[in-house]
Amino acid sequence: MAVNAGFTGRTYPPTAPYAVGREKIREFAKAVGADDVVHTDQVQARARGYRDVIAPPTFAVLIAQQCDRQFIADPEAGIDFSRVVHGAQRFVHHRPITAGDEIVGVLTIDSVKQAGGHAMVTTSSALSTIEGEPVCTATSTLVIRGGE
Amino acid sequence: MSNAVLSVKDVEVGQELPPATIHISRASLVQYTGASLDRNPIHWDERFARSVGLPDVIAHGMFTMGSAINIVSDWVGDAGRVVEYSTRFTKPVVVPYEGGADVEVTGVVTAVDAQTGRATVELTVMCGTDKVLGRALAVVALS
Repeated sequence: MAVNAGFTGRTYPPTAPYAVGREKIREFAKAVGADDVVHTDQVQARARGYRDVIAPPTFAVLIAQQCDRQFIADPEAGIDFSRVVHGAQRFVHHRPITAGDEIVGVLTIDSVKQAGGHAMVTTSSALSTIEGEPVCTATSTLVIRGGE
Repeated sequence: MSNAVLSVKDVEVGQELPPATIHISRASLVQYTGASLDRNPIHWDERFARSVGLPDVIAHGMFTMGSAINIVSDWVGDAGRVVEYSTRFTKPVVVPYEGGADVEVTGVVTAVDAQTGRATVELTVMCGTDKVLGRALAVVALS
């Protein structure tokens, strides 16, 4: 399906802060089978030099998908959410997401391409603490499937 | 605890990581749906999944990506040492009601940079004969 190509380069306002909690980290770690104690044991996490328990490497997707939603739900973009498939994902961590962080994301639409009846949109979400410390850059490729 | 983290001298190109099998059941997907807030019904509602042309419920790509990295975290000795991680989602993991699905994860070191103290691991993630993640690369910061 067609996606408004004029969105390339567009940046959205920062998302509302996401408060990273110990129990959400625990729940996420359990769901992906990440059993490193650094996700669940504050004493061990501090012994390794972290301020508190840290999130598994892909936890940032929770916040990145909140960023992406701004675009997907934007009526001007013309996207049918039921046709969105995740094509690719990349995380670059500046430091681990840590319990107690309050994180905001700034979404940029890097590219909008049409290929074989599908649209491919690459977005990047720059995640930082509310104090302005960069934490992670999450880059997503979304495929919006064409009609059959 | 930091002495449990692999150092540059412990790692060489071609080194294989201990592999793992991830068993995925419908319950795994419901648990990940809740944990990740990705509530797309194609991951838990068979009737819906079929109505949009899928063969059955499929796993979240991010569930597979998030589970596959565990062999890297366990090998390097600290999940916080995974500084980059990327993949393409090449094939869906179909998760039938009966028996679920098994995904095999293997990994090999493809680069070691003594200057930066970083190593790159390429993961191979298979469901049966399907390669479900394409070009899955993790960069770890060694001690």
